[in-house]
Amino acid sequence: MKYVKPDSLYAASVLLAEETGTSRILAGGTDVLVQLRSEMVEPDLIVDLKHLDGLRDITAEAGGFRIGAAVSGAEMGEHTDLCAAWPGVVEGVELIGSTQVQGRCTMVGNLCNGSPAADSVPGMVAANAVARIQGPDGKRDCPVLDIPVGPGKTSLAKGEIITSIFLPARPANASDAYLRFIPRTEMDIAVSSAGVNLELDGAGTVTGARVALGAVAPTVRLVEDAGAALIGSRLDDAAIASMVAAVEAACSPIDDKRGTVEFRTKTAGVLAKRAALIAYERAGGTS
Amino acid sequence: MKNTHVTTTVNGDAVEFICEPEETLLDALRNRLGLTGAKEGCGTGDCGACSVNLNGRLVCSCLVLAAEAEGAQVETIEGMADGEALHPLQRIFIEKAALQCGICTPGILVAAKALLEKNPDPSETEIRYWLAGNLCRCTGYDKIIKAVQAAAAEMRSA
Amino acid sequence: MALDGNEKREFKVIGQRVKRPDGIDKVTGKALFGADLTAPGMLTGRILRSPHAHARIVSIDTSAALAMPGVKAVVTSADLAEPEDDFFRDIKDNVLARDKALYDGHAVAAVAATSRSAARAAIRAIKVEYELLPHVTDVDEAMKADAPVVQANRADESVPAGSSPNVTSYFEFGHGDLEAGFAKADTILERSFKTAATHQGYIEPHACLASLGHDGRGELWCCTQGQYNVRTICSEICGIEATQLRVTASEIGGGFGGKTTCFIEPVALALARKSGKPVKIVMSREEVFRASGPTVSSSSDVKIGMTKDGRITAAQAKLRYQGGAFPCGTVEFGAQAAFAAYDLDAVQTLGWNVLTNRPKEAAYRAPGAPMAIYAVESVVDELCQELGLDPLDVRLKNAARKGTLASYGPTFNDIGLVATLEAAKAHPHYGAPLGENQGRGLSCGFWFNFGGNTCVSLNINHDGTVGVVEGNPDIGGSRASISMMAAEELGIGYDKVRTVITDTNSLGFNDVTDGSRVTFAVGLATIEAARAAIREMCKRAAQIWGIDAEAVVWEDGAAKPSGPNAGDHPPMTLAEIAAVMDNTGGPIAGHHEVNADGAGVSFGVHLVDTEVDTETGATKILRYTVFQDAGKAIHPDYVEGQMQGGAVQGIGWALNEEYIYGEDGRLQNAGFLDYRVPVASDLPEIETVILEIPNPGHPYGVRGVGETSIVPPLAALSNAVSRAANVRMHELPMSPPRLLKAMSER
Repeated sequence: MKYVKPDSLYAASVLLAEETGTSRILAGGTDVLVQLRSEMVEPDLIVDLKHLDGLRDITAEAGGFRIGAAVSGAEMGEHTDLCAAWPGVVEGVELIGSTQVQGRCTMVGNLCNGSPAADSVPGMVAANAVARIQGPDGKRDCPVLDIPVGPGKTSLAKGEIITSIFLPARPANASDAYLRFIPRTEMDIAVSSAGVNLELDGAGTVTGARVALGAVAPTVRLVEDAGAALIGSRLDDAAIASMVAAVEAACSPIDDKRGTVEFRTKTAGVLAKRAALIAYERAGGTS
Repeated sequence: MKNTHVTTTVNGDAVEFICEPEETLLDALRNRLGLTGAKEGCGTGDCGACSVNLNGRLVCSCLVLAAEAEGAQVETIEGMADGEALHPLQRIFIEKAALQCGICTPGILVAAKALLEKNPDPSETEIRYWLAGNLCRCTGYDKIIKAVQAAAAEMRSA
Repeated sequence: MALDGNEKREFKVIGQRVKRPDGIDKVTGKALFGADLTAPGMLTGRILRSPHAHARIVSIDTSAALAMPGVKAVVTSADLAEPEDDFFRDIKDNVLARDKALYDGHAVAAVAATSRSAARAAIRAIKVEYELLPHVTDVDEAMKADAPVVQANRADESVPAGSSPNVTSYFEFGHGDLEAGFAKADTILERSFKTAATHQGYIEPHACLASLGHDGRGELWCCTQGQYNVRTICSEICGIEATQLRVTASEIGGGFGGKTTCFIEPVALALARKSGKPVKIVMSREEVFRASGPTVSSSSDVKIGMTKDGRITAAQAKLRYQGGAFPCGTVEFGAQAAFAAYDLDAVQTLGWNVLTNRPKEAAYRAPGAPMAIYAVESVVDELCQELGLDPLDVRLKNAARKGTLASYGPTFNDIGLVATLEAAKAHPHYGAPLGENQGRGLSCGFWFNFGGNTCVSLNINHDGTVGVVEGNPDIGGSRASISMMAAEELGIGYDKVRTVITDTNSLGFNDVTDGSRVTFAVGLATIEAARAAIREMCKRAAQIWGIDAEAVVWEDGAAKPSGPNAGDHPPMTLAEIAAVMDNTGGPIAGHHEVNADGAGVSFGVHLVDTEVDTETGATKILRYTVFQDAGKAIHPDYVEGQMQGGAVQGIGWALNEEYIYGEDGRLQNAGFLDYRVPVASDLPEIETVILEIPNPGHPYGVRGVGETSIVPPLAALSNAVSRAANVRMHELPMSPPRLLKAMSER
């Protein structure tokens, strides 16, 4: 195994593109090292990016935020403005692992590991986050929604590296929330999860809604019908019931050691409802 | 496989070691530097027994490659006492019987110290959630939480 | 001098909360656990494990592995001796498979190499040819006539004719006329229960460092609950004599019963012998789950009849336990413990031990009792609900007391069950108001506790300090309690005594640290050893004073003349006698060897309040109180620690912990991610109330406390959740998917 710290992102992407064996990008390492230790993967090449310029920065940009790929969950949680603008995105990232894991894990690593249950992803998708990608042929942007393509798989080409995530500018009266179901209070992989992002008008009516689900399908699900069900409402019971029905209809989970199809579907609806109510209150809505 | 040479600082002392590239910081501390205070309970970041402080952050040393410690500041349980003087957390853990077998104790002490440095007056809930990544199978956590609260109170009044 | 009496007294040291002697080493990281030792020239050992639940091992080709760089030895079962006794043969066949791989994770071969990566490469180069066989992992499936046979001809004479070959033993206990008893009942409930296998979950994986020379002399360092037991097992399995193998117990990072046998030590010794070098083996967490000793899983039927004013008229339990691929006796304990809390005229328990293709079970605090008492206490609670009776009052009405004929045979002496029940009833927890979706549950619990083989040696030092040497690893703070008992008996300060745990060469045989026996049996032996030393010190004082030894008494840490006729001599303290011992006959010591009996049973009652999230099936624990009889709490902090630790393990067992096997017979959750032990944020404070009903069998009244507290949580949680969710639960763990399903089907 070769451990390398390249001089630039471009150099890193070329190294990765040219590696004929197995390679892994190392940011926080909280997935890669677990896979190494349990002998699930034996990389020939590990590329450490944390030292590269900009990757550990959170910068205000165009009214929104650009979060570097090596920013840890703990650092995101300490950024007051980011937490105020996107509490749902931050709380999703902050639920990954333990305090110790938080000291290292990254949003981008969580996304690229490709687990259908990844905690950072529903919040990012609900936020309409965009990933900036560096490849051997240059840079491109891609919605986070289009990154996961299956369990453990992303749409990234060989040599492509996500270098940052962009969260767009927020209108007034907007907020988000993320909830997951786990059997304990911490330390579990999400059995089901929901990220809800709401925009309200001055009177507390929903004008924009995005509902994204985790752990109930091979990849994150953006449920457009669920968002649509909330638009024009003040989160009354009928709108919520309609949203929950849309959420349940969008689930296609599996039975496994963490949950059953029935359980995941049911709780996804419950979590979407509760997340919507939290996001609504954060956005200034009063029900 | 070519070995890696690492220069780093552990508990304030400059150290160097050679290791295989796949070795973790935990492996290096225990097998290359003779610092066996950090323990391997799981190797997958689920138990916290390997907790150390890396560049001011509480981390699981089993989730850090030894090579990543190059140029870093590492603090382990062995650096918590100041010569003969125990840190209040260490002393109060003994006084309040907050350990039984003691295998999780180094990790919990390192984690609790990091908490109190960030938040000198944590609530019981905050302590429990901060320590959720430190498994203890002997105590049921009760006396551990109480010891952290007592240490926090003492350190606040110092 | 009244040295032999165990009369009640005012204690000076006992009952204080002194500091433990190993505290500083443990809070500074200095203490050495199993994996913390190294030796010059040490090799890394690693074990190859079967990926199949059941398979014939057709061939093992180790030649490629042996040829690899850095590989110094490869061993299989053929490298071990052939013990005659079934007990040792089974352990041998477990540590390295003979001709069949009997479970997913079963050890098949092992290597020793110069580095971890070399060992890993060598393991992969070993070629094993398997012939897959059908497997069975469920206890009820394994009892069927057409079940795959795990091992043939292992049933003993107790097993009824016509049983599946997987049933290896059968037990019956009880007394009275069941039919007549049920006829007297106003209500009879018959319920069936299932519990999953759980693991002790000690945070320290098994680890050892072994050397074994060609002359047969060996050194073994390991984390264990019993170094003498390890010596016995390893000498039988490796074919060496016990005296030639010195076993030293490291500090132990949790055991709870799971480290009372051997998994890797004989393998490490065999590799050390073959390679000529020290070999270190440390199990990974995955190996610990797959291939050490979890609990049994169970399937049971309980039938209880009760009058409408709460008297139990008859009770029956049928317990089916699977203990993995080798015979075990655990159901016998379950069958004995199931109704121990009750004074019954008609009671019967039947138990079957069954083989499956799973790792062999090992003890986990009160082995066999939790799952049996879970079922019984659940039915009692449901009867209380149906009849509208207070659950504590019903327990009190039927409680076993002194003089009760226990369901498993003996007549109880002084016991603390009624005291714990009354303490629970009087406690503010019991009457506290409950809100919506909240429920309160309680359960009694019980464990026999054991005595066993024990040796202690106590030596007086010139400076008046005392060294105590004992042979039982300290898994809960026992060194402090042992020192306290020595100090109390000798009449000196706690800080003058140092207790160490020694290796197998330095003391006679000691049974393992189990059965909650250490504070009781090692304590008892320590007190007797102290008394022997006191007799010698009195002799020395008598000699100095020129009077008869019988004329000297020991009081407040000094020898005194026992009456006016003995002469007017100022007392001589222990330190003063020790300072001149060279001149009065030489070194002074006391020792005691015993197979201790007189252990007192320990009863407990747990109260728990839970709240259920009716939309998700999640359970929150609001409040938890443990009441337990300790006989005499030597060090209250450590008694509380046992009560709290056992309670939390039981909470995990009730709510989320379980071994999950796939259709392929492979363990699916061999890690702390998906084997879900309670974390700090899952729990509230665990309040404790210690009762003290002295055990007449111990000089200070001590009862073991380490095991009872894992027993009540299972039913206490089940009863609380059942009441909170308004639906009766009959299977553990009550994970959210199960609870949500039960609520939706209500």
